[in-house]
Amino acid sequence: MKRLDTFKVIIYIVLTVICLAMVFPLVPLIFASLKGHDEFYNTGPLTPPHDWFNFHNFYLAWTQGDLVRGFANTGILLSVSLVGTILVGTMAAYAIDRFDFRGKKVVVWAFLSAALVPGVTTQIATFQIINKLNLYNTRWSAILLYTGTDIISIYIFLQFMQSIPKALDESARIDGAGHFTIYFRIILPLLRPAIATVVIIKGIAYYNDFYTAYLYMPDPNLGTVSTSLFRFIGPFSASWQVICAATLLVILPTVIIFLVLQKFIYKGLAAGAVK
Amino acid sequence: MFRYSVTNWDGFDPTRHYIGLRNYIQIFHNSEVWHTFFNSVYYLGASAVQISLALFLATILSYGLRGSNIFKGFLVFPFLLNSVAVALVFRYLFQGPGITAHAGGLDWLLQHLGLGHFITQWIGNSRVINFSLAGVSVWRYFGFNLVLFLGAIQSINPELYEAAQLDRANRWHQFRYITVPGIRRITALTFILAIGGSISVFEIPFIVSSGQNGSSTFVIETVRTAFVENRVGYASALAVLLLGIVLLVTFIQRTIFKDEQVDLV
Repeated sequence: MKRLDTFKVIIYIVLTVICLAMVFPLVPLIFASLKGHDEFYNTGPLTPPHDWFNFHNFYLAWTQGDLVRGFANTGILLSVSLVGTILVGTMAAYAIDRFDFRGKKVVVWAFLSAALVPGVTTQIATFQIINKLNLYNTRWSAILLYTGTDIISIYIFLQFMQSIPKALDESARIDGAGHFTIYFRIILPLLRPAIATVVIIKGIAYYNDFYTAYLYMPDPNLGTVSTSLFRFIGPFSASWQVICAATLLVILPTVIIFLVLQKFIYKGLAAGAVK
Repeated sequence: MFRYSVTNWDGFDPTRHYIGLRNYIQIFHNSEVWHTFFNSVYYLGASAVQISLALFLATILSYGLRGSNIFKGFLVFPFLLNSVAVALVFRYLFQGPGITAHAGGLDWLLQHLGLGHFITQWIGNSRVINFSLAGVSVWRYFGFNLVLFLGAIQSINPELYEAAQLDRANRWHQFRYITVPGIRRITALTFILAIGGSISVFEIPFIVSSGQNGSSTFVIETVRTAFVENRVGYASALAVLLLGIVLLVTFIQRTIFKDEQVDLV
């Protein structure tokens, strides 16, 4: 019994050290964001700020940088793309799972192979397509890319759909419901847990995406959270404390959401990777 | 895309000239491209560290100690953070003296741990930079592997562990003969994700060091040739090459883990 206790103690020490290492990189950032200009440049990174309630940098970051617009743009992209992904994904899953049609094998095979090819390798061809559609530097480029190239959510929906008994569809059909009624009245409401998973993993992915916004929407007016934050580097390079504050502002919503939805996020991550 | 890769197109010109395989030959003569592949090896090494660390911690956390959930939260949250924010956090952390009167957080830590002689230019030194950046990727991604492993371990039938305990198997034997075989599929998946991920690293080196000092990766290189230098033909050839490598890796994986194919439809 005594041995087991030392074992536990060692485990707790290991865990604590690793957790401290995880948090450590953020500490200088938090300190810096609360310091004034002179204080920042004259004190060490791990010296606690003189005034713990000096939110001037946050104010500067919020008003002078384009963060507000970034949050607004990301909000628009996020909501439109999520609705799009869910509609496209659930409809595709409904069609694949419930109907037999010519070329079904080809479609499924195409989805499978598309899932294997990582997105970055096809960027150049994708870019030409967006360009030809005249969507370059518009919001629609990101929305189209987010909703149109989203195979993972189709997988999640498909897997979930297989657990919905077909008898439900059939009895609805006997009652005279058409395909669309079945989809909207039966399939969509029953897919709610899968939709929640998709919203979580895709929401995080869209919020954090830098690549798409950077490449397809160079216009500062269309800047997302990621690109707006990236643009802080130039004009604010002489005042890193403001950059630190801006970084914290971007991190904050994620941390809050994580704390609230922890359990769902773990589930979502696992579901998204295992396909 | 393959069609572009055999031309010298610049992305705007209405005419494209067929130049055969010249782009491919050029790639093989370009040492910079080889360098980016070599850089992927750093990230691959980091993935190995990351996977073993995640497996170790997942095993520990699966014992169901009190407070596991809090620890788990600390370990996983970096994965959810915005990539630009993460890059900036580390750009600040790696800073040497010069920008401010004092060095960055990492140097401070080393000094206070009595390891001051390890201090170096974390992103200024081309021999160190890839280790620094690979370290960032461990910090960021290992929580994700942890979640996968934990999920897999928890789906193992607990009766197996009970039986093992009755047979007086110690923890190592339980890990070796129950946990490891039980999570084989997830482990394979993690390795595939790691290989794909280490070839396509983009944001962190791009923002922390702008790909300078020999930290450029394959994707940075491709984006630069295609969209900054407008050599779409050449960049397409690069992308085709990468695609080939990825498909090869996937194919090898499929043959090795053939018995574990999951049928979707």
